[in-house]
Amino acid sequence: MADVTRREFLKVTSATLAGSSLVLLGFSPSAALAEVREFKLSRATETRNTCPYCSVACGLLMYSLGDRAKNARSSIFHIEGDPDHPVNRGTLCPKGAGLLDFIHSPSRPTRPQYRAAGSDHWEPISWDDALDRIAKLMKQDRDANFLAKTPEGLTVNRWLTTGMLAASASSNEVGYLTHKVIRSLGILCFDNQARV
Amino acid sequence: MTNHWVDIKNADIVLIMGGNAAEAHPCGFKWVTEAKAHNKARLIVVDPRFTRSASVADVYCPIRTGTDIVFLGGVMNHLLTEDKIQHEYVKNYTDMTFIVREDFAFADGIYSGYDADKHSYDKSSWDYEIGADGYVKVDPELKHPRCVYQLMRKHYARYTPEMVERVCGTPKEKFLQVAEMIGSTSTPNRAMTVMYALGWTQHSIGSQMIRAGAMMQLLLGNIGVAGGGMNALRGHSNIQGLTDLGLMSNLLPGYLTLPNEKEQDYDKYIAARAYKPLRPNQLSYWQNYNKFYVSLMKAWWGDAATPENRWGYDYLPKLDKGYDMLQTFELMSQGKINGYICQGFNPLASSPNKAKMNGALAKLKFLVIMDPLVTETSEFWRNFGEHNDVDPAKIATEVFRLPTTCFAEEDGALVNSGRWLQWHWKGAEPPGEARSDLQIMGELFTRLRALYKSDGGAYPDPIMKLYWPYVMPNSPSADELAKEYSGRALKDLTDPKNPSQVTRKAGEQLAGFAELRDDGSTLSGCWIYCGAWGPSGNLMARRDNSDPTGIGQTLNWAFAWPANRRVMYNRASCDPSGKPFNPARKLIAWNGTTWGGADVPDYKVDEDPSLGMGPFIMNADGVGRFFARGGMAEGPFPEHYEPFETPLATNPLSPGKAEALNNPAARVFKDDRAAFGKVADFPHVATTYRLTEHFHFWTLHSRLNAIMQPQQFVEIGEVLAKELGIAGGEQVKVSSNRGYLKAVAVVTKRLRTLTVDGKPVHTVGIPIHAGFTGLTKPGYLTNTLTPVVGDANSQTPEFKSFLVKVEKV
Repeated sequence: MADVTRREFLKVTSATLAGSSLVLLGFSPSAALAEVREFKLSRATETRNTCPYCSVACGLLMYSLGDRAKNARSSIFHIEGDPDHPVNRGTLCPKGAGLLDFIHSPSRPTRPQYRAAGSDHWEPISWDDALDRIAKLMKQDRDANFLAKTPEGLTVNRWLTTGMLAASASSNEVGYLTHKVIRSLGILCFDNQARV
Repeated sequence: MTNHWVDIKNADIVLIMGGNAAEAHPCGFKWVTEAKAHNKARLIVVDPRFTRSASVADVYCPIRTGTDIVFLGGVMNHLLTEDKIQHEYVKNYTDMTFIVREDFAFADGIYSGYDADKHSYDKSSWDYEIGADGYVKVDPELKHPRCVYQLMRKHYARYTPEMVERVCGTPKEKFLQVAEMIGSTSTPNRAMTVMYALGWTQHSIGSQMIRAGAMMQLLLGNIGVAGGGMNALRGHSNIQGLTDLGLMSNLLPGYLTLPNEKEQDYDKYIAARAYKPLRPNQLSYWQNYNKFYVSLMKAWWGDAATPENRWGYDYLPKLDKGYDMLQTFELMSQGKINGYICQGFNPLASSPNKAKMNGALAKLKFLVIMDPLVTETSEFWRNFGEHNDVDPAKIATEVFRLPTTCFAEEDGALVNSGRWLQWHWKGAEPPGEARSDLQIMGELFTRLRALYKSDGGAYPDPIMKLYWPYVMPNSPSADELAKEYSGRALKDLTDPKNPSQVTRKAGEQLAGFAELRDDGSTLSGCWIYCGAWGPSGNLMARRDNSDPTGIGQTLNWAFAWPANRRVMYNRASCDPSGKPFNPARKLIAWNGTTWGGADVPDYKVDEDPSLGMGPFIMNADGVGRFFARGGMAEGPFPEHYEPFETPLATNPLSPGKAEALNNPAARVFKDDRAAFGKVADFPHVATTYRLTEHFHFWTLHSRLNAIMQPQQFVEIGEVLAKELGIAGGEQVKVSSNRGYLKAVAVVTKRLRTLTVDGKPVHTVGIPIHAGFTGLTKPGYLTNTLTPVVGDANSQTPEFKSFLVKVEKV
């Protein structure tokens, strides 16, 4: 059992349990085994993750359908606490217990949207059009308002007319890349949720 | 956290104050119940509300919101006068013996150097006296009238149990019971942990509340020990990580700081941060600042960061002041900001005074939203009736809403409260066309770079030369970025004592920040994370949960910064000779040649303890400071000031001084000051809080959570409800000077009426989980009510104490 994964363990235990109880009932195990249904989770792909809510950072096991084959689209159908995790030891709180409904929330936008000045509705926009337009607006503003030197002659290289708030539930890698990009532009109006 | 979640089980006393872990951090709170069940721990909860944490406490102590410094100052006074302090610890590991300058003074609630017009201090007198040898003068006998011990005794002598009762509304007997329980941990074999959260940070004096808690822990010898520490529970899953990575106006990764515009000279910028030791033989680890800084610049600008251009010093913007959220929104409401990007942040819901925020967003030319969910901010321009009464036709802001992946659809690391960097893996594709934040930032940057390349523009150098080695330039991978912030050698590194010995080959990942150099031969985007992705691979992905000593130290689970250390300042868990104060909960010890044990030593690993190096190695003096020197905006010792909206006319600690009513060093903008309400019009004290069923505004979009807690309510004590004729379940209107909300009244015993300065004070509790998008019943954003004023150090808004008026609808 040294290197048995959770998935293999589930398969073994479901088969063993079925086998032993059938013997008790006097059936021949070899004939009846095909009738026993495996646990649904044993056919799922298991992925380890971390709860995105508070900073206890409970370990999660996410179970999805789809085996990561080319063109197979995974869909997560169950999440539970990771029993190996030193902090949460398999448990989740009422917030974390609802995580599946965050992933599949009807409030998740599925494509970029644009709201024009004075408009009372969203309209669809392609990623390329949205990103091109945003980059253009940013460059126009930076070029118009970038301050290289103060009137006293101090080199300051700052851009104060565009700002950004970063997400404290995004990963380190997102945070690091965001910081690198934002400072290269000279932005100082920059904060994250640690401020509130 | 100085310690970590599992370590709470080692505590003898748990103090929850300024937080409510049972509801806001439920799975972490289980370590409190573990300590109670298996370590005979006692739980104390001090809170304006009888929370679920309080419901399982051994002692619950009510307190008026915003008065925690009076309570903690009272505890410190008790510890000092009853001599319940850990003498060996305090004498050797703190600044108690240090002598303070003669011109330092404190009178009527105000410290020396105050400028009332500017609401700020000249802090030059707030310092130690330096001797001819360049080191701080000390008095080992603690007799000198200006030694820190004597100054502190004098300062907190005013914080009597009677004063605690008068200001906090806490019954004197209850306070003394708690003070005695806390004092029981001054012995070397007992430890207390302090667990706090936004209940301390979201006040105009929040930083000083936390400092007061830390000082109490230093007096008791509870910092650096198993079961002790100052433990910020932190809110979001990676709020620790984004703070570590410096995503704030004035920071750079790893708690390096951006230069001020007056710092035109690079050498002086470094010298001001590479602190020289203030006492003999101190490590003063920030002396290595230049190595961290140069390694960061190599990670950001690669070959373009050279000794000739001072490692790209001009590429960094220079500050003339802080541009925190409140400052930025003030500029926005003045029409001085044109563009704004909200990445997973919902400021219309999270910032004070919604009306101001609505107006500010409407003055933008463009707003970009990156979020996995629909946020109120993304729809600020849309009319939602009473909940968001705006006219879209009058709002000219262009808004882009870009759908992003959520946690389950990406790889990467998050840092928890205990400073553990834990890797997580992608389990599914995002819905529709949603994209990762990495791809969006990559696409945006490469587009901007292309525009600057083709068209030129203002100072393109830092954009054109940004180090961008990623395999897919428009979508850098999490692995590439994690390796970059951890760090690698750019040239073969050799042993300084033996230059023929190569210690690290060019291109190899570094094992830790001790390998960083200031000659451009190493790269590390965040020095405190150095080694997280080391020569042997990604340590953040480690999953060995073994705990060989049984005290909860799983050193092979993930990676903790710094250097995989689990309990910060753990050198202070041993006496000066290197023996553990408490052998039953040994973290590290000196074996005659090296330090080692159940944790990574927070010390020079071969330093003989007889040489006198202090345990607080980041500080120039090697000790924990009671006297903050110039480190805080409002003074070296925490002093109580009333919230900016207070039910009191004067500060009972300094009744004759109008300037000492509220934080004298707070920055308040003119219009925001005009929007403060008075107790005559808004007679009830309000505080905001969180519920166990919801996480901020996100879970309003999650069906299960929306079913569990579907509708906005406010909590009102029985006395106030009777006075106003309100029955549970009826609609009430709660107004401040900035707006109103209507909600269902929950009449409760959990909020009691306190007697403060001889008068009754009623507290109203307002959960934050309501908005006009999502699956719950539409509600009012709680920040419709809150005032715009921040803590003077952190600029965190005062969401926990303000004035309202409750009426039956």
